[in-house]
Amino acid sequence: MEAKMINLKVNGMPISVPEGTTVLDAAKSIGIKIPTLCYLRDINAIGACRICVVEVKGARSLVASCVFPVSEGMEVVTNSNKVLDSRKTTLELLLSDHDKNCLGCVRSQSCELQELSNEYNCNPQRFSGKAIDYPLDLSTPYLIRDNNKCILCRRCIAACDKYQSVSVIGANARGFDTHIGCAFERDLADVPCVGCGQCINVCPTGALREKEEIDDVLAAIADPKKYVIAATAPAVRIGLGEEFGSPVGSNVEGKMVAAIRRLGVKQVFDVDFTADLTILEEGTEFLGRVQNGGVLPMITSCSPAWIKFIEHNFPDQIPNLSTCKSPQQMYGAIAKTYFAEKMGIDPKDMYVVSIMPCTAKKFEKTRGNQSAAGVPDIDAVLTTRELARLIKRQGILFNDLPEEKFDAPFGIGSGAGLLFGVTGGVMEAALRTVVEVLTGNEAGPVDFTEVRGMEDIKEATYNVAGMDVKVAVTSGLANARKIMESIKRGECDYHFIEIMSCPGGCINGGGQPIKTAYERNNTDIKAKRATAVYDTDKKMPLRKSHNNPAVKQLYKEFLGEPNSHKAHKILHTKYGARKNY
Amino acid sequence: MAEIKLTKVPFEGTAEQESKLRQELASIKTWEGNLMPALQAAQGIYGYLPIEVQKIVAEELVLPLEKIFGTVTFYSQFTLNPRGKFLVSVCLGTACYVKGAGDVFDASKKKLGISDGECTTDRKFSLVSTRCIGCCGLAPVMTVNEHVYGKLVADDVSGILDTYIKA
Repeated sequence: MEAKMINLKVNGMPISVPEGTTVLDAAKSIGIKIPTLCYLRDINAIGACRICVVEVKGARSLVASCVFPVSEGMEVVTNSNKVLDSRKTTLELLLSDHDKNCLGCVRSQSCELQELSNEYNCNPQRFSGKAIDYPLDLSTPYLIRDNNKCILCRRCIAACDKYQSVSVIGANARGFDTHIGCAFERDLADVPCVGCGQCINVCPTGALREKEEIDDVLAAIADPKKYVIAATAPAVRIGLGEEFGSPVGSNVEGKMVAAIRRLGVKQVFDVDFTADLTILEEGTEFLGRVQNGGVLPMITSCSPAWIKFIEHNFPDQIPNLSTCKSPQQMYGAIAKTYFAEKMGIDPKDMYVVSIMPCTAKKFEKTRGNQSAAGVPDIDAVLTTRELARLIKRQGILFNDLPEEKFDAPFGIGSGAGLLFGVTGGVMEAALRTVVEVLTGNEAGPVDFTEVRGMEDIKEATYNVAGMDVKVAVTSGLANARKIMESIKRGECDYHFIEIMSCPGGCINGGGQPIKTAYERNNTDIKAKRATAVYDTDKKMPLRKSHNNPAVKQLYKEFLGEPNSHKAHKILHTKYGARKNY
Repeated sequence: MAEIKLTKVPFEGTAEQESKLRQELASIKTWEGNLMPALQAAQGIYGYLPIEVQKIVAEELVLPLEKIFGTVTFYSQFTLNPRGKFLVSVCLGTACYVKGAGDVFDASKKKLGISDGECTTDRKFSLVSTRCIGCCGLAPVMTVNEHVYGKLVADDVSGILDTYIKA
């Protein structure tokens, strides 16, 4: 049934929009942007910040357009002096107790409060009075909470609760004392926070940011005793360009490699390579479980926030997890064993940098059972954003760089490896290999489109060599929780499940370039970035992990067979239940 | 920033209290808007809302603990601290304050080793600052349960509290 149309006037212009539309969206439909701070489509419509106020004829006071539905005959003014003055005063009140050390703030020029204050010609000193002074939460290896820059928009709370069902942050106390925190004022490290970083991505200011490791990396590069190598995750090349002005969904692999090389690292490798390696290990593990009556469904283990989530919330289901280390950890493990041996370098002197679209990877590198060579597999993790900052700080003119290629031997990745960056990608990569192994048909299918797309939970059944393999794919931990609960109730007969923590997968990871609420609300960022992944994969000559010549060589020279004793020692890990409160 | 005061008093909840709470929550949780009545019921049983009690509420109502804690710290009707056997109230109303109640309050804090709103770990004393209690002629005034002590100086506090410590 078609929605009933409502006629109204916005700034004197007559328009007709479907019933239920908010004033905010009605104005947008005729090219008028009403500013917002707290509003995030689908997850945070609370009318709290009062920036989106407009005049509605007959209304007692200004109304919050993000939650105010249109009605027949309504007359809206979005830009009167009364409206503009109100917004300006609200901004100046927000600024009155805001930490205004903007010059060195990591979010300077991507801060929504700064942008609006500038647009409204605000005087940050207009209101003086009591100032807030909160200690920083530095308890985790991945995130810094700085409540002195918080404007209490509650977007982080919504992301944590609605996207992830992790729900460890909220508003504590009341009035001037209101602050975002955890239950019983605990640090983030003492609550079941999973480190996904989605709160950072939605924060309008610098109140949430990753814990930077840039200085550690620069110190290692400057240390003549250290042999520094770096590698990038699939999704980094898809996001990085946005920090240098490229449109959303640009693959800047060549320039990215050139830029990292100019930082002074010895080699630039591709985590797509160890994604391929993961497929061989995980695919073999899956076939083993199917053939030997092992624990099913098997669930992927690439996403460290997901691993921490299951350890906190579903400890009984830990045996369902694949024992494979993530591609990041496999990269570090292989670098410090096989590669160090080959190059005659003491693993202690090798410094392995991993560049990730992810904040949880900073936690993952500190986990136990992640030290194949007796030293931690990974030394430093930089997010996509940190890489961009580092490139800028080093004076590297990103857009002027030539396109360069990754180094041997870990510079070859297949299209399947690249797919690890997007929801459904690990499943599709695994299917490309598993189906060929089971059927022996080299000309078997490459595209498994049923597991692609941004739906919450995707299901498919593939008949492989006479056996029906039932798979499920989801992203966003709120969706993962739904799947886990149905497994617990015994309602699922899946064989293989892919779970990525961040909605849409790593392309939308907590370490990716930050998009304003306006961009998030009005463009499908996840879908655009995903398209870049699939378009690249389509054009690649090498699209199946098991055909990766570098992976084949690694097994031949070093590991033997997938799931061999040596492979288990180096490439697999363990998990354990974690306490909640 | 006003600090949220978390108690250090060891939890002494009994199995009877827990089963009573779970029983009450069994019906409350079916209501729309169940959190406030649930917390009121819990505080009615335990007298305060420590983490052990909030965890029971979270579990029964299937809500995140932070959601419970945020609500508890928003409303002044809820307390995170138990009440001691003796409630020491120091009036910080205008008349008492100008006659030196601030020093009396500081002396009380020092003597008991707790701050405003807290309870000693032996559950003997709670300390609160209050506004005018209506006997300004006796300023500065302190009460211990129903006993009123007036025209105090800071040095009086130790002796008065000693009588309760020995009690």
